[in-house]
Order: sequence, then C-alpha cells, then structure tokens
Amino acid sequence: MPKQTAYTATIEYVSILDEKGNFDDKLGKGLITDEQALDLYERMTVCRQLDEFAFKLQRSGRMGTYPQNKGQEAAAVGTALALRPGQDWVVPSYRENAALFMMGLPMHYVLLYWMGDERGSQIPENVKMTPLSVPIGTHMLHASGIAYAEKVRKTDNVVATYFGDGATSEGDFHEAMNFASTMKTPTIFINQNNSWAISVPRSKQMNSETVAQKALAYGMPTVRCDGNDIFAVKYVMDEAVKRARAGEGPSFIECITYRLGDHTTADDARRYRDPKEVEAWLNRDPLIRTRKYLEARKIWDADKDEQLQERAKTIVKEVVATAEGIEKPEVDSIFNAMYAEPHAELVRQRDTMRTSSLGKDPSQTGLKSTTQNV
Amino acid sequence: MATLNLVQAINLALKQEMQKDDRVIILGEDVGPNGGVFRVTEDLHAEFGDDRVIDTPLAESGIIGTAIGMAMNGLRPIPEIQFEGFLGPAYDQIVNHAARSRSRSRGAVTVPLTIRVPVGGGIHAPELHSDSPEAIYAHSPGIKVVMPTTPYDAKGLLISAIRDPDPVIFFEPKRVYRSFREEVPEDEYMIPIGEAKVISEGDDLTVVTWGASLFQCIEALDNAPDDVSIELIDLRTIDPFDMDTIAASVEKTGRCVIVHEAAMTCGLGAEISARVQERCFLHLEAPVQRVTGFDTLMPYYKLENEYLVNAKRVGTAIQETLAY
Repeated sequence: MPKQTAYTATIEYVSILDEKGNFDDKLGKGLITDEQALDLYERMTVCRQLDEFAFKLQRSGRMGTYPQNKGQEAAAVGTALALRPGQDWVVPSYRENAALFMMGLPMHYVLLYWMGDERGSQIPENVKMTPLSVPIGTHMLHASGIAYAEKVRKTDNVVATYFGDGATSEGDFHEAMNFASTMKTPTIFINQNNSWAISVPRSKQMNSETVAQKALAYGMPTVRCDGNDIFAVKYVMDEAVKRARAGEGPSFIECITYRLGDHTTADDARRYRDPKEVEAWLNRDPLIRTRKYLEARKIWDADKDEQLQERAKTIVKEVVATAEGIEKPEVDSIFNAMYAEPHAELVRQRDTMRTSSLGKDPSQTGLKSTTQNV
Repeated sequence: MATLNLVQAINLALKQEMQKDDRVIILGEDVGPNGGVFRVTEDLHAEFGDDRVIDTPLAESGIIGTAIGMAMNGLRPIPEIQFEGFLGPAYDQIVNHAARSRSRSRGAVTVPLTIRVPVGGGIHAPELHSDSPEAIYAHSPGIKVVMPTTPYDAKGLLISAIRDPDPVIFFEPKRVYRSFREEVPEDEYMIPIGEAKVISEGDDLTVVTWGASLFQCIEALDNAPDDVSIELIDLRTIDPFDMDTIAASVEKTGRCVIVHEAAMTCGLGAEISARVQERCFLHLEAPVQRVTGFDTLMPYYKLENEYLVNAKRVGTAIQETLAY
C-alpha cells in the first residue's frame, strides 16, 4: 500500500490595517465603526498612560512589582470589543488590562492588586472575570470549566481567556485546550504572542512554526492575526465568538504582538534583547497605527490627540489617587477570607494574633501564665 | 433502613444530591457508563446523562482545573481522582487555585467543589495506588480535608462537603469500600465537617485515629485486658480537626496514642501531639505516642501488611503508654 496523507492543515493569517496604513476594505468594512475606533484608541491611550504612571509608582516605592502592558493594547481591546460586559467572561493572565476595563473592572482595582492588596481582586458582582493570575498557564483550565457552566445552563455567553506564548509550554494549557475541545465549551483561547517569556525568546520556547498550530492537535478552529491591528483582532474574535455562541465549541486565536516594555518592573530587558528588535516593533506600535488610521479617516488630529493625552493623564491620576486613598486592609481580613466561616483555630489566631499562647488561652486548662502580659 | 457498604453509601449520597440540586456535576476518568474504577458512581450516568456525569480526558490537573472553573461559575462539581497517588499532577490546581481563590479575591470568587479520592493501602494495588497524603493538604490553608470511614459517616459527610461553600478533599479509605456494611438512612442527613466521633468511651487512655486504621484500633481495643478502659476517637475530619473532642478526652484519660496509616514525620499525628501537649500538659500521665506508617515509601504489596499499622503495634503502644 502506498503511503497516504493522514492529515493536512493550513492556518490563516489575518491582517487588515497594516503598519503602513494600508487597509483591507474587503475584510475590514463595517468591522469597527469610527465611533468604536475612537473609543478603542482612547482606551488604549489611557491604558498606556496607566502603564507609565504605574512604572513611576513602582520606581518611587509607591507600588510593588508591575507588568507593563505596553505594546499589547490592541489585542486586548480588539478582543474585548466582541464581548458583552456583564454576560461574557474574561479569564485573564496579567497583560490585558484594557480588556478588563472594557468588561467593567474599575481601573483602580488593577493598581490596588499590584500595590499588594487582595481587594484589587475582589471582582465586583456585575463583572464577569476571574482575578489576575500569576501562575503562568494554569488559569485557562478555569475558562474551560466556567464555559462548561454556561453551556449546561444553555446561555449563549462565551468565555475568553488570555495567555502568552510561554504559557503554551505548560501542561495545563494543553489540558485546558483538550477539555474545552472534548466538552465542546464556548471558550476562546487568546494567545498574546509577544515573543518573550521574561528573557526566553519564542525560538527557545517552542519549535512549532506558529502558536496557532498547537490548536490543531485539539481539533479546534485556529487562526493567527496581526495582534497590533485592532481590525484584524476584532475580525478573528468575531468569528470565534460567533462559533462559541452558536454552540460550536472553542476556538484559538494567536495575536502576534510585542512586549515593548520589560517583563515587569523587576526586569531589565536590555540584558537579553537586541535594541534593534525593539526599535522595529516601536514602528508597529498599535497606538500609532490606530491614530494614523483615525487621522486618515479625518476624524482625528494633533489637537485632539493632545487633548486626549491630557485627558488620559487626568483619568490615570484620579485612578492612582483612588487606589492610594484606600486604607491598608484590616489584618483580620487575612483570617476571615480563608473560608466562608473561619474555624476555631483560625479564630484563636485572629483574636490573639499569636500562635504561641502559654497560659493565655482559656482552652489550656490548668495552665497558668508565668508572665505578666508579655 | 438499607444496609450499605461504603461504596453504596457514597453512591447514595451522590445520587440524592444530584436529584436535589442540578448544579451538582460529577467529572473524572471512567466515572460515566463504567461507574468509576471502584464503581462509586455506578448508574449515575444512566440517570443523569452526559451533561452531569462527565467522562473526562485522562488528566488530573485538567479535571481539577476545569472543576474549579465550574465551581467559580455557580456549579457544584464533584471531581473524582482515581487514586490518591495521582493527586500529584493536580496539586498546583488544588493548592494554588482552589484553596486560594476565596482569599485571593476576598470572597468574590469562591470554589465550592468536592474532590473525591480513594486513599490508603491494603488492597494489593500497584505503586501509587496505596498512599496516604492527607497531611499535605491539611498543611495547605484554604482547603478542607475529610476522611470518613464508615458508610453512615460517609453519606452524612459527603452531603456536608458538597454543600460546603469551600473546597473539600473527600478521602475514601479504599480498604473499607466493601469490607463491612451498616444501616444507612435513606433520608437526608448531614454530619458537620470538623466533628470527631467518639467510637467508644473510656477513662484510662485515648486513641485517636482515622481512615482504615480505625479497624486495627478496634481490634486492639478488643484484645486489651478487660480492666482497661480506652476511649477511641475517629477523627473523621482531618482539617479543621476537632481538637476540643481530643482535648476533653485526654484531660479525662491523661494518656494518648495517635494512630494513622500515613508516614510519621510531619504526619497529622505530629500536629495532634503538639496540640495535646499545649492544651493538656498538666493532665498528661505519659508522653503522647504515635503508631503510624514508617518513614519509608509505601512498599509494593508483598510487604504492604508489614508497613500498615496493625492491631499488635497499636496494642503495644497502648500497653506501654498505660504502664508508663
């Protein structure tokens, strides 16, 4: 018997608004209205300003480690534009702030979180999202389970989960893809391929030509797009959302983007990255590209941009003031948050703020304190 | 009233909770038409269908991570991990997500799930089918750990676990699965998490145990001289464990032997022993003793009976502690 082809596949790459300003009318027509484009540009600008402020806050000791989103804003807003806040879910990593804000998360929550306060993850009830997730590549499984719950309740809500290229090396990534696929859940896997996992480039991270092809192993519709192009991102997300809402199961989206900043404020990317590479990507900055598009549409100009920058700064200053104005949490909260009801030993530790309590604890029958109020 | 074994009692609790609450969903390897490798979920797939009794891919982290997502979004999932030795791949999801979610989100995102896991040795099983890892999870704040031993307790504790707003690991001593039957009410009842049970009252010495070792303790008590009065406590909940019941008993008896199947060092017996000396110091007539698995790996089954706690070892500890 001659050998036969067991399997072939092709993966599409979608680009609509390229870095030179060329716009594909065929794919892009009616995709994002002028009003929406202005809104997304404003949101990306505010997010960029938040990054700048956050960086300064960290450097001046007013905030802990912070991961800048700089350069990846289009992937966040382009995907979130296809979602319905309050109904659809977002299961984030930590480099898609703009998407979270579009889903309704108050901006100061993110700062509060990175300021070391759990209340930054106390997601308001009407916001359908899980907290930022520090352990890489583990949260996508939750997106499979959350989506399954929507499926059995027979809603048409979908669940979008974000993760980087490094996360696709984790076993849980593959398990999440496999579970979503076999359980046919309305999950959308959004890979922000920014080329770097801290200092490890994608070439060392994997030998697969694309990240998108990893979805082929799970029989999942998959596509790669220009992640710095809000139109391309919206286009592929619309298709994925449509399938998910129709009960056709999960989809995979690879957004080609770039981390313009360091991994976090604790990192210095100059140690491992060629400045020429960064420079090339600066020319593909999603904010610049979107602004040029708006200018070409004659709905934007330098004056408006200047006003926006000022407005963004004001917004961010207010957000910072809100976050910094929140008083340090009560220490009781670390005990009270452990369970719906703290158990007896936790209550004892909470009420005494001690674990040793020789002679102080009434349950130590017969033991008398040997000291006066140590 | 029906006379049921442990498997049947757990099956009954699962079935009744699923009938009562359509948020309750079972997922795991082979839990569907096959009814689970120990048949604990037998007939549930036929009654509740594919949507609520899910045969998952073979991936423990995937099972628990997916169940966490379900729980975050309003379901009451009951994932089954086939053997305790395979909890390892799911450890990250259990400890870093299930156990942390409530605290991480200050109550906004909670994970009410019940992880069912057969536990312990004594069934001539291959490697990693006979371990006792309960202390690992007791040391992880945010997750409750229970280990009922009798069919009656299993039904009542399982219902409590399923309805608990926080994650619970529900260990099922597999050696006991079909070893004995007792009357289990058809009607619904709950046994609170965190309450030990005094199996028999006594004045001279307290034995604290849980899981399958309970039966070796009962045998040791049966073999003890008639004039010795021993109080036997089945802990039932590993975390948070019922220190009040233990302390009340040791204050009465002044002597304490702790028996568990897991290895000794950093086992739960160490914690109980420490708390007994903190709370009952002036009542103690003898050092607290531990009769446990050895600090070795659980051997393959040719030697498992040498590893497992037996009535003779428990009896020796009781005798020595009484004689001190």
